[in-house]
Amino acid sequence: MKAAIVVFPGSNREVDAKVALKQATGKDPVMVWHRDTSLPKVDLVLVPGGFSYGDYLRCGAIAANSPVLREVKARADAGMAVIGICNGFQIVTEAGLLPGVLLRNANLKFVCRNVGLRVETSGSRFTAGYKKGQVLSVPVAHHDGNYFADPRTLDELEAEDRIAFRYCGPEGRLDSIYNPNGSIRHIAGILNKKRNVLGLMPHPENAIEPMHGSTDGKALFKSMVEAVS
Amino acid sequence: MKARIHITLKNGVLDPQGRAIASALHALGFSSVGDVRQGKYIEVDLTETDKTKARSAVEQMCGKLLANTVIENYSIDLVD
Repeated sequence: MKAAIVVFPGSNREVDAKVALKQATGKDPVMVWHRDTSLPKVDLVLVPGGFSYGDYLRCGAIAANSPVLREVKARADAGMAVIGICNGFQIVTEAGLLPGVLLRNANLKFVCRNVGLRVETSGSRFTAGYKKGQVLSVPVAHHDGNYFADPRTLDELEAEDRIAFRYCGPEGRLDSIYNPNGSIRHIAGILNKKRNVLGLMPHPENAIEPMHGSTDGKALFKSMVEAVS
Repeated sequence: MKARIHITLKNGVLDPQGRAIASALHALGFSSVGDVRQGKYIEVDLTETDKTKARSAVEQMCGKLLANTVIENYSIDLVD
């Protein structure tokens, strides 16, 4: 599988993502600068975490309008896989690849810790390596991860099995005490209609080595590789 | 010409920052304070001299970048 990582001024997880993709594919992903107007021929584009453009205006808003994102959008519309992690999730929602928006955390605090994550669907190229209902431990590190969408959009996401992950307790129970940011219906990650775009706030790329304290993120990268091979 | 743009959160969208401001005002003794909603104010200098054209351009700026219409409303004032 060939992958590319889009890098903006202010991205800071692009190297972690590169390590995770290399571990899964055996190849270095192509790093693409935000001003580039063309993308190499790849199977997957990863939009990494960080603080693109200093989070000015709204998180992800300026990156979503950068030249390279227009190209990412066109390829995603044609079926290429796109994964947006953390700031990358904010960017792809601002770009209109996914519905809804990421608001400031309800408790106004930057949250940086491992959270429980329940796999809500294994029916995607990103989550095929997990079982539905499986509970993962993956870190979050964000100030604006409070997912919001109108009730109609949320009902549609649920009806179409497009919620990929929810925040949960150690046994998979959903409760506001396990929700680190106040996100509506405990949503941590969602898929687009065609299921080729995933956005999520937690960082699977930071849960791939025993030293990280969890290797639960590994299966996500493995799933993406297996989907194209 | 100058465009003065106010961007506010739609009704029903949680505004934790507004809520924090409200509780800080209460702590200062401003007991008459009810709800507080925080928004943005943006000024854009324009070279356009035709008001209709200017308004239509600023509408597009709001729709494409300045506001996220999933959660925000905007209003535009044009001043010479």
